[in-house]
Amino acid sequence: MATLLFLEQTLNGLQLGVTLFLMAAGLTLVFGIMNMVNLAHGSLYMVGAFLTATFSQWTGSFALAVPLAVAGTFVVGLAVETVALRTLYARDHLDQVLATFGLILFFNELVKIVWGPVAIFIDVPAFLSGRVELIPGAPYPVYRLVVLAVGLAVALGLWWLIAKTRIGMLIRAGASNREMIGALGVDIKRLYTLVFALGAALAALAGAMAGPIYVVEIGMGDSMLIKTFVVIVIGGIGSIRGAFVAAIIVGVVDTFGRIVPAQLGLPTAIAEMAIYILMAAVLFWKPAGLFAARA
Amino acid sequence: MKLDRRTWFVILLLMALAALPLVATLAGQEFQIAQFRRILIFAIAAVSLDLILGYGGMVCFGHAAFFGVGAYVVAILNWHAGREVPLIGTWMGTNNVLVTWTAAVLVSGGAAFLIGLVSLRTTGIYFIMITLAFAQMIYFFFVSLRAYGGDDGLRFDGDTVAFGLIDTQDDAAFYYLVLAVLCGVLYAGRRMVNSRFGMVVQACRENERRMKALGFPTARYKLAAFAIAGATAGLAGALFAAHESYISPSIMHWTRSGDLIVMVVLGGMGTLFGPVVGALAFLFLEKTLPDYTEHWMVVFGPILLLLVLFARRGIFGWFLPKEERDGGSH
Repeated sequence: MATLLFLEQTLNGLQLGVTLFLMAAGLTLVFGIMNMVNLAHGSLYMVGAFLTATFSQWTGSFALAVPLAVAGTFVVGLAVETVALRTLYARDHLDQVLATFGLILFFNELVKIVWGPVAIFIDVPAFLSGRVELIPGAPYPVYRLVVLAVGLAVALGLWWLIAKTRIGMLIRAGASNREMIGALGVDIKRLYTLVFALGAALAALAGAMAGPIYVVEIGMGDSMLIKTFVVIVIGGIGSIRGAFVAAIIVGVVDTFGRIVPAQLGLPTAIAEMAIYILMAAVLFWKPAGLFAARA
Repeated sequence: MKLDRRTWFVILLLMALAALPLVATLAGQEFQIAQFRRILIFAIAAVSLDLILGYGGMVCFGHAAFFGVGAYVVAILNWHAGREVPLIGTWMGTNNVLVTWTAAVLVSGGAAFLIGLVSLRTTGIYFIMITLAFAQMIYFFFVSLRAYGGDDGLRFDGDTVAFGLIDTQDDAAFYYLVLAVLCGVLYAGRRMVNSRFGMVVQACRENERRMKALGFPTARYKLAAFAIAGATAGLAGALFAAHESYISPSIMHWTRSGDLIVMVVLGGMGTLFGPVVGALAFLFLEKTLPDYTEHWMVVFGPILLLLVLFARRGIFGWFLPKEERDGGSH
């Protein structure tokens, strides 16, 4: 029985891990390339989830709603970058923290105006609602497996995009020396906008897929945002690979942190604290994270 | 003696604050006294944050945690004394403010010391996020502390006669106590930033590498400043607990740390008195904007954004002499 629980929780942890990775990938790119702290990243996650709820009501299809919501949030990302964030890249981190803190307040309230204060529940789509006996004796929800698969597929796609394409080359170049690629004639403004919107789309995908598992509510992005911070700090800011490894670690640690202390009779206070303790420990030995992108 | 605009502004505002209980009583609006007492308590916390944010250049995104720790220390000691439940061994806690407030300062200062020990190894974005993460850790610690109310918070009966002479049930008397503490913190802060210690901390903000090269143990200086700021925030927290007779983890929610940063910048960071103005302005807006629209945050968020983009000096910054405006803290 203990083995079954262990395997099931591992899957849960991996699934949380890939969701965190979708969030962390965008955030770490924005950090790495634009040197920008964006607290409003969690708001994009929330916007993605709410758009999914609306689109699946309109179209009656969850599978159709997710890409629509991702595209919608991509556009929101473009707008936010162009209107508000663009001027902040040259500012210091404190300014960025304050301005994007203002954006969080704005988005939380805007969502309340548009969708109302009541939480929305999205049903798991019928064709994904079953359970499959992947591990003998422990049926596991198909939907969660699909989330895991989509997350891994996107991670792979992102690796391909960054390692193999021309845009990816520019992104990598931007991360290591942005002045230089600007001097080489790359339209750096457009690159920034694109990277930001890409991050917004990934956050929206995370939010869309989280919708049926958790609840779609105002402020849902905030707790996710802080976990994402933990991920990119552990992984090393600006490193996609670090973000992936750290996301999986944090996902698994957070999931097990909720069950292991209770089983061992330890105080459950450790549950929510586990990932922060992990982060403190990592930073104590490696202040720049596990996979520091830059010195 | 010729006073500059800044000094006039400080004197007038402090006089207005001192006159407030009298005016409120005459106007028949006694409830305003408690309102403003709350604002002054947050002002103390904001001033303490300014010590490290404005003067030390350390963007601490978890300052509300130290505030909360101080408040919880007072609450827990009082709760034990009220219920006569042993806290440690046979000791039942106490509601003597001399003990509880001192304990609050020591514990929150100690917490800041430990957190600073790890956090100050990092700088920039990492520092922002690690202080946020530690604050979250403390927040969740108190959320899961079922014995002391967990999420629901803790109600308690505090000391009614502080220091054997001040009646904390008397709105005005307690108000003046808080105002006196604020003035004390401002005075001590002014002395500190102008002392050798304060100069070293400010120099670390400007160029830490050079200070290291000059032989200063910069890490120790920054850590000391961080611990002092944490302890002062804990004192504000202790006052807050006494003010509310109730405490819940929500006061150390991470958005509260954001609010404190907003107060400091809104008022003018690196000025000590600016955060007092910032706290007044921020909490005043928070109180009055909802009267105009339920969705005031939709207005307030963009105001913050515009403030950052166009009014970096903050409200108090407008009153500074010209030479201090352009140089000074960044």
